[in-house]
Amino acid sequence: MKLDCKHVWEYISEYIDDTVDAKLREDIERHLEHCEICSAILDSTRNVLVLTADDRTFELPVGYSERLHERLAKELKIPETPEEPK
Amino acid sequence: MQQKSKNEAELIARIVSGEKELFHELIRPYERMVYLTVFSILKNEAEAEDAAQEAVISAYRHLGSFRAEAKFSTWLTTIAINEGRKRLRRAKGATFESIDEQEEEKGGDFTPAQLTDWREIPLEALERKELREALRKAVAELPDTYRQVFTLRDLEEFNIEETAQALGINTGVAKVRLHRARVMLQKRLVPFLKTLAPKRRGFFGSAP
Repeated sequence: MKLDCKHVWEYISEYIDDTVDAKLREDIERHLEHCEICSAILDSTRNVLVLTADDRTFELPVGYSERLHERLAKELKIPETPEEPK
Repeated sequence: MQQKSKNEAELIARIVSGEKELFHELIRPYERMVYLTVFSILKNEAEAEDAAQEAVISAYRHLGSFRAEAKFSTWLTTIAINEGRKRLRRAKGATFESIDEQEEEKGGDFTPAQLTDWREIPLEALERKELREALRKAVAELPDTYRQVFTLRDLEEFNIEETAQALGINTGVAKVRLHRARVMLQKRLVPFLKTLAPKRRGFFGSAP
């Protein structure tokens, strides 16, 4: 099947995640071969995901881990507490 | 991966049977995940840190009820989500969920930004600080339900089923939200990305 651009955009996310079926994947790839617009969209969306996965993009507050383990240490010192009712 | 979950199961069993101190070790690989999860709900650093601590402590207290069939990371994330939502309800009153749903119904324009004359961006260019800042801002401005799915899937790298499960939504809904979040971010980031792409030829490119 020949896909138009709009159709490709609908599947861009699933295409990236590789959850489209083999036939659709093939159709999308064929479309991408000659469509610069869709290739650019795919490429830029991937850039966004690469940036997202970069640990420096979303940082933890300075000292977060230390404070967490301090608090935890206090909690662990408490002798067996009966489970609180939820 | 299998080795990891085996070690984890062992750790959990030892903690439950009394070696409490090992909980520090169990939680360490997940600290970041817990924080990012609650941050995606609360959008406030101090509040998120507080909620993350509460969630971790709650996980410790309820570790005995953790079932080995589940994945520890998903179980822990569910606790973090509950903690975040509880605080949000307290802060906003009980109406926020229905507002969220409306947002979903409304739909909107989920067409990606179309670029002409796009050149592949060299990886070094993605190192730019401003770009990371722009992305953080764009993620913060996503509709809440989209940001939560996006955070679990693309930031914490859960798969889509785990993401849906942790958020208590079905996989189809999670996929739609993820797709929309990604498209919205692509749209927001493209102006920044564009300035990083090498020009096609000489000095004739349309400079931003």
